[in-house]
Amino acid sequence: MTVLEAIGLNKSFGGVHAVSDVSFSVDRGEMLAMIGPNGAGKSTCFNLVGGQLRPDAGRVRLAGQDITGQPPGLLARLGVARTFQIATVFASMTVRENVQVALQAHHRRSWRFWRAADTGFRQSSLSLLAKVDMDGQAGRAAGVLAYGDLKRLELAVALASNPRLLLMDEPTAGMAAEERTALMALVRRLAHGSGLAVLFTEHDMDVVFGLADRILVLNRGELIAVGGAAAIRADARVREVYLGSGATGGGY
Amino acid sequence: MKLTRRTLLAGSATLAAPAIARSQSEPIRIGEINSYTAVPAFTLPYRQGWQLAVEQVNATGGVLGRKLEVISRDDAGRPQDAVRIAGELVGEQKVDLLAGGFLSNVGLAISDFALQNKRLYVASEPLTDALVWEKGHRYCFRLRPSTYMQAAMLVGEAAKLKAKRWVSVAPNYEYGTSTVKWFKQLLAQQRPDVTFVDEQLPALGRIDAGATVAALAAAKPEAILNVTFGPDLTNFVRQGNTRGLFEGRSVVSVLTGEPEYLEPLGDETPTGWLVTGYPVDSVTDPANTAFIAAYKAKFNETPKMGSVVGHALISSIVAGLQKAGSTGTEALCDALPGASFDTPFGWAMWRAIDHQSTLGTYVGHTALKDGHGTMVDWRYVNGADALPSDDVVRKLRPA
Amino acid sequence: MDAFLIQLLTGLAGASSLFLVAAGLTVIFGVTRVVNFSHGSLFMLGAFIAWSVLTRLPREPGWHVAGVLIAALATAGIGALLEMGLLRRIYRAPELLQLLATFGVVLMVQDLALLIWGPNDLSLPRPPWLRGFVRIAEQQFPLYDLILIGIAPLMLVALWLLFTHTRWGTLVRAATQDRDMLAALGVDQRLLFTSVFALGAGLAGLGGALALPDGSANLQMDMSVITDAFVVVVVGGMGSLPGAYLAALLIALLQTFGIVLLPKATLVLMFVVMASVLVVRPHGLLGRAQVPTRGEAHAYALIRPATPALRTLGAAALALALAAPLLVGPFWLSVLTEALIAMLFAASLHAMMGPGGMISFGHAAWFGIGAYAAALAARGLAVPMPVGLLLGPLLAGVVALAFGWFVVRLSGIYLAMLTLAFAQIVWAVVFQSDITGGDNGVLGVWPDAWARDPRVFYLVALVLCVGGTLALRRVLFSPFGYALRAARDAPERAEAIGLFPTGLRMAAFCLAGTAAGLAGAVGAYSKGSVFPSTISIGRSVDALLMVLLGGVQTMAGPVVGALAYTGLYDVLIRATDLWRLVLGAAIVALVLAFPQGIAGAASRVVRDDAA
Ligand SMILES: Nc1ncnc2c1ncn2[C@@H]1O[C@H](COP(=O)(O)OP(=O)(O)OP(=O)(O)O)[C@@H](O)[C@H]1O
Ligand SMILES: [Mg+2]
Repeated sequence: MTVLEAIGLNKSFGGVHAVSDVSFSVDRGEMLAMIGPNGAGKSTCFNLVGGQLRPDAGRVRLAGQDITGQPPGLLARLGVARTFQIATVFASMTVRENVQVALQAHHRRSWRFWRAADTGFRQSSLSLLAKVDMDGQAGRAAGVLAYGDLKRLELAVALASNPRLLLMDEPTAGMAAEERTALMALVRRLAHGSGLAVLFTEHDMDVVFGLADRILVLNRGELIAVGGAAAIRADARVREVYLGSGATGGGY
Repeated sequence: MKLTRRTLLAGSATLAAPAIARSQSEPIRIGEINSYTAVPAFTLPYRQGWQLAVEQVNATGGVLGRKLEVISRDDAGRPQDAVRIAGELVGEQKVDLLAGGFLSNVGLAISDFALQNKRLYVASEPLTDALVWEKGHRYCFRLRPSTYMQAAMLVGEAAKLKAKRWVSVAPNYEYGTSTVKWFKQLLAQQRPDVTFVDEQLPALGRIDAGATVAALAAAKPEAILNVTFGPDLTNFVRQGNTRGLFEGRSVVSVLTGEPEYLEPLGDETPTGWLVTGYPVDSVTDPANTAFIAAYKAKFNETPKMGSVVGHALISSIVAGLQKAGSTGTEALCDALPGASFDTPFGWAMWRAIDHQSTLGTYVGHTALKDGHGTMVDWRYVNGADALPSDDVVRKLRPA
Repeated sequence: MDAFLIQLLTGLAGASSLFLVAAGLTVIFGVTRVVNFSHGSLFMLGAFIAWSVLTRLPREPGWHVAGVLIAALATAGIGALLEMGLLRRIYRAPELLQLLATFGVVLMVQDLALLIWGPNDLSLPRPPWLRGFVRIAEQQFPLYDLILIGIAPLMLVALWLLFTHTRWGTLVRAATQDRDMLAALGVDQRLLFTSVFALGAGLAGLGGALALPDGSANLQMDMSVITDAFVVVVVGGMGSLPGAYLAALLIALLQTFGIVLLPKATLVLMFVVMASVLVVRPHGLLGRAQVPTRGEAHAYALIRPATPALRTLGAAALALALAAPLLVGPFWLSVLTEALIAMLFAASLHAMMGPGGMISFGHAAWFGIGAYAAALAARGLAVPMPVGLLLGPLLAGVVALAFGWFVVRLSGIYLAMLTLAFAQIVWAVVFQSDITGGDNGVLGVWPDAWARDPRVFYLVALVLCVGGTLALRRVLFSPFGYALRAARDAPERAEAIGLFPTGLRMAAFCLAGTAAGLAGAVGAYSKGSVFPSTISIGRSVDALLMVLLGGVQTMAGPVVGALAYTGLYDVLIRATDLWRLVLGAAIVALVLAFPQGIAGAASRVVRDDAA
């Protein structure tokens, strides 16, 4: 079953055609990787799908429903969750409170003015944190976490809404190699286990080729290849892009 | 604790026995509030004025056998602060009466406090008519000639001008708008043929003088009523001079003859304006000269209008104290109406009908002397002659 | 037609004056991000110094120019000292702390100028060439105004060249984008900032010196100039010099032509222009979205519920406050009442400013609306006090909801200035309307007979103000409070988890307005009168000072700040003529000692002990 469908997406910033005519889809339980050199338009794609940007042309469908240009707040309620390339968490809260806020939002409890927030969703937040191995740091201030921990917390926050589509823009940047694989393996388990559809970008090709079910390759805003790991490895244009671009991306 | 005990004791003492019961050595205390930091150009000379008066009163043995003491506070130009300070002066400092005020709304705030707490308040400078008329009451008295009086003093001569097309410029607040209102009304009574063709209301302290002058000139008036003062006036006069606004036009200008406002105009003082003010350099009567000499001796500068008001404030209070023979509020409020007192401008009294004093001011024309602005052809106008008839006052003052 | 030409030229001259006032402020903000409240004071110092210099020099044009330049240089020197002695130490402090520090400077300069130059307006005797005029359309137009018309564009070009065609300018622009990068390149950033601040101060001084021949150096200049400067800078887009000129042009021309048609509009015209521009262009005419400069301290502190120690302290303070009627007399009760009102007022501002992330320069509007609603209901409709106390917050909340719709779409200083514009518009309406009694205010708003005893009224105020403050606190720790804080900490992330920041901010704005309205209503009954000055900029600044002094990043901040500020103010204003000097110095000292605010510092100490 197709969860996300992007059809003919276009986006320009002034003169820069950041995304041109990109179409793809993600199925239930699928891990779809989007790769491409710096500036290829990956983050822009994520923002178009996640509602942060409105496409100049093209449509986005979520489980068949047109969600083009809908605000992120609404998409979240429809089951879209995401992490950002530069991890953002709520710095004035503890790790646990970060997840609690997300749980509250998901359960539509954010407009309650009287009862202390601290007491709500304590257990479920801790178990979400345990999933990403952050429960040990539940009481720490989110603002002082190491970057890798920040990324994991962000994932826990994203998962709090029990999404059907998870968009992850460079979820492992700043982590050590083993950590990366471990985290993405966890995501893969979630995807395959609960049917979560995952679209992610990643510069670590070991992660991409090891864990993605399918791979999209973007270059200068254009989709140049789609397919399984083997097919992408063999694709001439992909090789050209990665070699020709001086192999800057993520040390590749 | 201690404070409440003292309050209670003091209270019961006043109730039980006349004021004589208080120690003879204890001074009579006047709680004085003014905008010392907000309007220093006027209030600092004013402070020196009352300081001189207090010194003079105490040098001659004080009042009712007791020394006079003024406890002075800054209200920072905020009516709300003034109310708190009034509370402190009454509750903590145990003053016998309140006095002071420069800004109209500060005066009204203290006046309302006085009414509520049944304390005497002698307003020195606030000009708003509401203080003695619309919102006047038993416990409030006002010394200076009000906006109505300032307008009335000028209107007689203004009516003799040939001009029919008038314009006005006034700061955009109570003092400005109400002076213009009275002036127009009084002028219309004598000169129905006069029309006001433009009315500029620059924000106080922020006049856009060029634009204001241009707008007035565009209205092609024959005469101008000016109510601006202070920095606004300086800006207005300079633009007006350079742009020739005043050439061939009569100008009537309120307060401009007061030294504090005339001085900054310097050699650019326009000549021939009909103004109210204080010709401090040319008065010759004994009351004035004695005052000026004493003031110069003490402070090494010539007095300003504020100094006169400060000095007269003390005399006017002393007159009430002497007439009442006590410092009790009710006794004072009974005694002040009709009490007369001497001021640097001569004899004045507190009117019974509206608690306005009859202290007047000088009306004359501006002129230049040795590169400084001054007043010529002046005459003193008694405040009593610039007030409406008793019937009118009764209508204006409900209480 | 002739009149039109003259008005046009007059407007151009006015635009030049406004630009001269604003240029320095926008330069300083553009680079250092310091919201320099003392800009008006520097302008005033420029005028006073120019007076002192020019009255001692020959009157020829050449000497005059030299004197003006000396004044500008001297002001630049003062600016450099200010930067090195004060601002440099707090660049990494939370946002807006510099505003508090520079406000301390404003207070100090007011008294220092009074001490040095005396209370009188000082006007510069104009030599004949400064009185000259040219005949245009059969009217006299001042020569000096023509010179001014030329000076502003010249300065604009000169500054533009300085920033784009010199090495210094390149470095300054680099510093605006990425401070860490610059440090990595080995550029002494401190020197750069000092020089920028000196330049801005020098421009302010130049503005003051150039304004002198048109009027006088006087002690009210600082305050009248500072709002003009802020409005021009914000309308133009903060940091944009061409924007500032454009804004000056727009405002001055509207002013010149506007007062002919609508003389009463002088009070608000500028603010109406600002509000309209900001609603249409949220970053001013030529401004760009304010991206946080890399290397800028922007971490929000962790907010924790009160520790047991703090709770005990709070309970003890409350018990003491409850016992106050037994301990002190009516005056001290009135002082305490005022402190309570200030506390709720500050707490309401803190709610939108801290957790809400919306700075307000116009918070007095809600206080004032609450006060007027209560006062007018009491006087006009003769409603009993409890009804008045209910109507105040209600009306403030409703109006806040209406204004909030425009306000919450903006951010940062622009948002703050839009609140200021709204507050000024409310102020002008109240000031000029007959219903509100205009300048003379509403009098005789005294409590009902049962509450007239100062002790009873004090207890009423205590219940309402402490209750209001605690209720706000409770809301900030509720799910809503967390959601609001989430929207401030990371708006994108908040949206991504299904929150709607605009709505949350709107609710916070309305809540803050309501609470401030309650403070205002209590204030009206406690003072017995309400005046337009309750809505003045000074009142808004008071609230800001209290919050910043206590610490924006802590929940106890506004309470501590309000008590400290009202306490200091009340003691000083009664103790010394030079209270502004002492209060200003105290603020500066507190800022330097506790950049996180008093409560912020205290909570650090407590937490370090615990750790
Ligand atoms: N808000 C924006 N305004 C202007 N240009 C933008 C904006 N966002 C992205 N771009 C441009 O669009 C192009 C694509 O950027 P995008 O961030 O999508 O690339 P990316 O593939 O995510 O790169 P990276 O691997 O570095 O994250 C780039 O040239 C970028 O400069
Ligand atoms: Mg990217």
